[in-house]
Amino acid sequence: MAELTLVEAVNDALHTELARDEDVMVLGEDVGRAGGVFRATAGLRDRFGPDRCVDTPLAEAGLLGGAVGLCMAGWRPVVEMQYDAFSYPSLNQLITHVGRYRWRTGGRMQFPLTIRMPYGGGVRAPELHDDSPEAYYVHTPGIKVAIPSTPADAKGLLAAAIRDPDPVVVLEPKLVYRTSRGEVPEGEHVVPLGEARIVRGGSDVTLIAYGAMVPVCEQAADAVAVSCEIVDIRSLRPLDERTILASVAKTGRVVIVHEAPRTAGFGAELAALIAERAIFDLHGPVLRVTGYDVPYPYWTIEDAYMPSVERVVAAVESLT
Amino acid sequence: MPSPFWCELASRRMATDTRSDVRFGGLADADLLELHRRMVLLRTYDERSVVYHRQGRIGTYAIFWNHEAIQAGATFALDDEDWIFPSYRESAIGLVRGLPAETILQWWRGHPSGWWNPADWNVASISVPIASHVPHAAGLAWGKKLRGENAVAMAFFGDGATSEGEFHEGVNLAAVMNAPAVFICNNNQWAISTPLEAQTRAESLADKAVGYGIPGVTVDGLDVLAVYGAAREAVERARSGGGPTLIECVHYRAAPHATADDPRAYIDVARMEEERANECLGRFERLLIDAGVLTAERVDAARKDAEDLMRAGIAAAEAEPPADPELVFTHAYVDPPENFRNG
Repeated sequence: MAELTLVEAVNDALHTELARDEDVMVLGEDVGRAGGVFRATAGLRDRFGPDRCVDTPLAEAGLLGGAVGLCMAGWRPVVEMQYDAFSYPSLNQLITHVGRYRWRTGGRMQFPLTIRMPYGGGVRAPELHDDSPEAYYVHTPGIKVAIPSTPADAKGLLAAAIRDPDPVVVLEPKLVYRTSRGEVPEGEHVVPLGEARIVRGGSDVTLIAYGAMVPVCEQAADAVAVSCEIVDIRSLRPLDERTILASVAKTGRVVIVHEAPRTAGFGAELAALIAERAIFDLHGPVLRVTGYDVPYPYWTIEDAYMPSVERVVAAVESLT
Repeated sequence: MPSPFWCELASRRMATDTRSDVRFGGLADADLLELHRRMVLLRTYDERSVVYHRQGRIGTYAIFWNHEAIQAGATFALDDEDWIFPSYRESAIGLVRGLPAETILQWWRGHPSGWWNPADWNVASISVPIASHVPHAAGLAWGKKLRGENAVAMAFFGDGATSEGEFHEGVNLAAVMNAPAVFICNNNQWAISTPLEAQTRAESLADKAVGYGIPGVTVDGLDVLAVYGAAREAVERARSGGGPTLIECVHYRAAPHATADDPRAYIDVARMEEERANECLGRFERLLIDAGVLTAERVDAARKDAEDLMRAGIAAAEAEPPADPELVFTHAYVDPPENFRNG
């Protein structure tokens, strides 16, 4: 075990997977010579060469569309989108091709590509470096979506994504890229998609979160008098419904936390799941603590947007 | 805008030049007959499809009447290991590789047996969103090159597609990666009802190549030998490491955009009639007959073979049982999430 930051664990996963499988290649803007603006791809170009860690033109649709063609040529591309909001020009490729091409071939051609990107706010960055676009991705059929909150999961989920036969989007919480530090298994390490993680057990309230909101929930749980169970769902599709429903059955109270805007955010999906499958387990309403339905604000006022420990505490206390 | 006839004489010159490597671009008589057969196949597919649509046997259909010189001519420059990336305007281009007519008809019938494995034919799936397959061709060509494989990718798209960002991003990617790709722009001067002058201020779409640092050429899109000649040069350049080429094939749309379109509201009907009178297959046939390569009997035989193929194709398509509704789910994922059937 080595103690790594979350972004170092991403880098470790890429080194490990490129060494393991010679069909894996990394491509994106500034991933090669610079090693990525967050250093997530550092050392790959030197170690594996400029053909397996490729600086591409600054064009996200061409980048993702190019990766579709690379799949057709037998590669297993790992595409870096430099920032969450910079991925939007590639949504046409994602929706019209990445999520449907295999289906369009009657299952006869595989598109095992991975798209990874830093996401989320709180980093005092300029506009459009702060978005939480997970709902766009998880709403797209054919796409799987994973979001780690710890260094070990960052490595293991990315490895699972790269090995998965379907296209997978991995959103990495940039707020905790360097503040989240933890033990990471050396060598090959895979965390299967579709398995939630119980961060801590509890009996009164279930807090459901992912990415950078997991530590917020942990602080909130420390600050309240009642016993909170925290579920880090880790994978939005496939979703570990059993772990969520088992926790709700135990506590009967739920607070869902995400940074993304509220309306049609992934919290709505989780709330609907609980309403459909666990309504008689509930002792109160399913609450959401989310970003607002506004453009992500400039950084001097972003703390007023991000779900805070105080807002999560207030939600928990309103239920108990 | 150059007249679509501006280089019709290219073929005439090729036909009358007696040097064997120049006459018909160096194509042997057997090649010329095969090229003719492919044009007839595509023409027949298109004409029968319009009829099938009117009979309610296929759905809305994108007509490619008089685009056969581009489709047959450009692909004739390819080897079997090379890839074709069609837009919906080239839906039947797989016929030149032996893809069954039945499969393509089923695609237009909305039946899942219209799916094919691109790797079986080296023909990508039909791409409906405009220009979004251009980066795929760039990626495949680049990816094959990285693997040391000797494949060229050829993508087809219309004049309107050159306004799309993904056209630019795809061609630029191919150019930067020096990928063995050939980009065929079918400039029929109409994007449904939008004329070329409302699409671009560029004098020629081939000029766009300059911005990518690659060669761009314009040919008469109704002259199959001119298209073939330009494509062959581009394929040779791509295969020998010279990177991509943009080929603009100019003509004037002589049919509706699709079966759901009535172009009389916007098109120059007299010009359309003129184009129909000068259509590409007839031009090629006259050329070959004059040169003694083709006979009226062979023309009839080629048409009959194509008609038989279409008759058998539509019969096979219609004989197929309705698709299993289970196919709604079958191929969405290799490893599907447990809950994906919840509706």
